[in-house]
Amino acid sequence: MTKEELKRAIIEQILEIAPDVDESEIDPDANIQRSLEIDSFDFLKILTSLNEKVGIEVPEADYAKVDTVKHMAEYFSKHL
Amino acid sequence: MSEFLMPSLGADMESAILMEWLVKEGDRVTNGQVIAEVETSKGVIEIEIFEDGIVEKLLVKEESECKVGEPLAIIASDEKKPLHVEEKHESKQPVVQETKEEQIVSEPPKPTALHVEQEARLKISPAARKRAGEMGVDLSKFDPKEGVVQLSKIEAASTTEQEEPTKIESKSDAHIEKNSGMRQAIAAAMSRSNAEIPHYYLSTSINMTPALKYLEELNKKRSIKDRILPVAILIRAVVLSLKEVPELNGFWQDNSHQISKEIHPGIAIALRKGGLITPALLNADIMTIDDTMNSLSDLITRTRGGKLRSSEMIAQTITITNLGDLGVESVYGVIYPPQLAIVGLGAIIDSPWAEGDSLCVRKVMRATLAGDHRATDGRTGGLFLDKLNSYLQNPKELL
Repeated sequence: MTKEELKRAIIEQILEIAPDVDESEIDPDANIQRSLEIDSFDFLKILTSLNEKVGIEVPEADYAKVDTVKHMAEYFSKHL
Repeated sequence: MSEFLMPSLGADMESAILMEWLVKEGDRVTNGQVIAEVETSKGVIEIEIFEDGIVEKLLVKEESECKVGEPLAIIASDEKKPLHVEEKHESKQPVVQETKEEQIVSEPPKPTALHVEQEARLKISPAARKRAGEMGVDLSKFDPKEGVVQLSKIEAASTTEQEEPTKIESKSDAHIEKNSGMRQAIAAAMSRSNAEIPHYYLSTSINMTPALKYLEELNKKRSIKDRILPVAILIRAVVLSLKEVPELNGFWQDNSHQISKEIHPGIAIALRKGGLITPALLNADIMTIDDTMNSLSDLITRTRGGKLRSSEMIAQTITITNLGDLGVESVYGVIYPPQLAIVGLGAIIDSPWAEGDSLCVRKVMRATLAGDHRATDGRTGGLFLDKLNSYLQNPKELL
């Protein structure tokens, strides 16, 4: 998967877990939780469903490295 | 025989719209069964019946507004059965026919009509219904036969309507109206609380490092889908503390202090597009940490998806509000009547912390308690916060 494909997959999962979020609201450089009002529960759900899709499990200690869509895509790309 | 009444789904609710019957006349119902869906200012709630019996008559049509306490259905009691011992193998039919024969005779097409009505009714997800209201999308143009209307269909429909300036006007009006419904309901309950309940407030700083370290170790051994979030451990600690200080768990009703044996904490859950609902995490006192996490996850999903049950809207024995995700340090809550207390949990932040003679940095959370002075006082509250702190310093006890 390329970084762009990963970004797409991340955005799709965000929209699925939080159907009331508008795609236009998603800024790839903004903190996912704060900018989209996604709480720790939904954030964990997004990571869980991405784990099923992409096969990468983000340990808790690395949560700070996956705070934005861009960072998450970079993190996944490194660990693929 | 008894009447099934529109339940009060909160101190502030006056009426609701009966959206859909999930039973029909003649159906047998059992205690705890969801029999209808109603729409309140807090979204769609599934309402349950708390007795066994047979639906004798549905008194209210779908999509009609009903006041709290208004009879919605007549339920024939099962207790009549022993009188007809010879019919014990034919439980349903004879009871219905006997109890209200003229009703069945006079309205034979009713169940069929209801069935047809249900088939023709538009199925729409709660989020889509809300968005349609906000965007002013006319729901009548969707064909019920084309399946459930999802958010994407509403948005697609909305873009085709955008060129009409009148629609844009109605969109903003509808948005204000939708939000103000819930805001008014919350404001009414909170005004009543502030007017009636003499609150006292306490706060304490809790070193969360031991609990978070313990959780980290626990989560390392688990796959991502079985991970426990700090909020689950916090709720568990609150529940266990309430077991030891039960005076804060219950109601102030009829000028008396009523302590509830069961612990059903109402969890404040924010709806991203405005508003707040505090459904009960039912029977939290008999859950393990894993049960707490799973039930909480389920409760949050259903709250945001508009699939709560009436028991979850009326059973709360205390409220827990956690604004930690938003970085708020302290939450000073307003008690939801007739409850006795509200626990506020703030963000867990790195703070200077004195231990013995040395100063170090620890993960620190501010926990607050607002209590009803008619029922308890600062001593009870202080005891509770002390227990909460003690559990979080010994996280093994929380499993």
